[in-house]
Amino acid sequence: MNEVAVYNMIVALLLVLLLGTAITVARMRDLWAAVMLTGIYSFLGASWMLLLDAPDVAFTEAAVGAGIATFLMLGTLALTSRKAKESSSGALGPLTVVVVTGAALVYGTFDMPRYGDPRAPVHQHVAPEYLNDNVPHVDHGKARVKVGAVKVGQQESTAAPTISLEITESAKASKVDVPNIVTAVLASYRGYDTLGETVVIFTAGIGVLLLLRGRRRSKNREESA
Amino acid sequence: MREQSILRIVAKLLIPYILLFALYVQFHGDYGPGGGFQAGGIFAAGVILYGLVFGLNAARQVAPPLTMETLAALGVLLYGGTGVVAMLNGGAFLDYSALQGADSHHGAGQAEQAESHPEPGEAAGHEEHHGLLPQGQHLGILIVELGVGLTVAAVMILIFFSFASRERVP
Repeated sequence: MNEVAVYNMIVALLLVLLLGTAITVARMRDLWAAVMLTGIYSFLGASWMLLLDAPDVAFTEAAVGAGIATFLMLGTLALTSRKAKESSSGALGPLTVVVVTGAALVYGTFDMPRYGDPRAPVHQHVAPEYLNDNVPHVDHGKARVKVGAVKVGQQESTAAPTISLEITESAKASKVDVPNIVTAVLASYRGYDTLGETVVIFTAGIGVLLLLRGRRRSKNREESA
Repeated sequence: MREQSILRIVAKLLIPYILLFALYVQFHGDYGPGGGFQAGGIFAAGVILYGLVFGLNAARQVAPPLTMETLAALGVLLYGGTGVVAMLNGGAFLDYSALQGADSHHGAGQAEQAESHPEPGEAAGHEEHHGLLPQGQHLGILIVELGVGLTVAAVMILIFFSFASRERVP
């Protein structure tokens, strides 16, 4: 069995497990079990992202999705009931909405380029410039990469076509000099975006603190009054 | 969960490695996968695991809420401050090349300004590729990623404290 077949089998297995977990969560009445299953769902999602050569996103999904989000839901559950209420209305209406939305999303993917397609718009815009600035420094110190094809990720072991980007100017001084291009793009080229994201997280933290603490303090005030 | 000895021992074994891995992801993010956000999330997950197993008060002693609030703000300040230092050195906001100092490829015009505002990036610039400190862009990325990591970890831990200390509303 070749590598591509093994890869496809693992992907198929993960997707089947994801689907199974999702259906189980939707049908579950026990909310504790449902929350634990959403944690498992996040973890399976992280595994799949790793297979798609996105270890950064996989880290985030495993730590935040499977870890912290699961805890937050458990903490919320401790304040409410453990069982979901039986819904009086039928499942037909929600099911129709879900199926129609899902079908629209699948229809939308028909317009998208194939996974890993080198001619995809996303690889034509600024990505070549980023790679051109950074890739020559990947093998530190040794001869700088001359004109040639640079493979991105490990697509050659997958069914998807290999991305090749021609590096036109060789030996050009690297602008950022950080081997991990994802970090270079996030922190340097898109430094403003990342600053904004950090401020958003900070603001979210302040919001939670203000909301939850404010209530506790006003309760104390009532007691003392 | 204090009586669960298996959970306690496994958590005790795991937590140091979770925190160490978070630091690795933080400071190795420029070479390997990861960065500030991931590192912050992993670090906070380690502290939250500690809080779940050993109790909220123990976690509050490890990560005092007041310190966490300060660190959350400090992270944003570190990020924005890096941009301001770049401006003081004659570059644009968040242009880390300006952190490099006198012999950067940005030209001689910045040399004087860099002299008048000494800071770590300058030393790195003088040492070229042989120095211990990284070059301007690299240094800037390390600092802002540290800022992101601080803010993310502190905010996640604070949200954990806020949720865990809620009492059931009758």
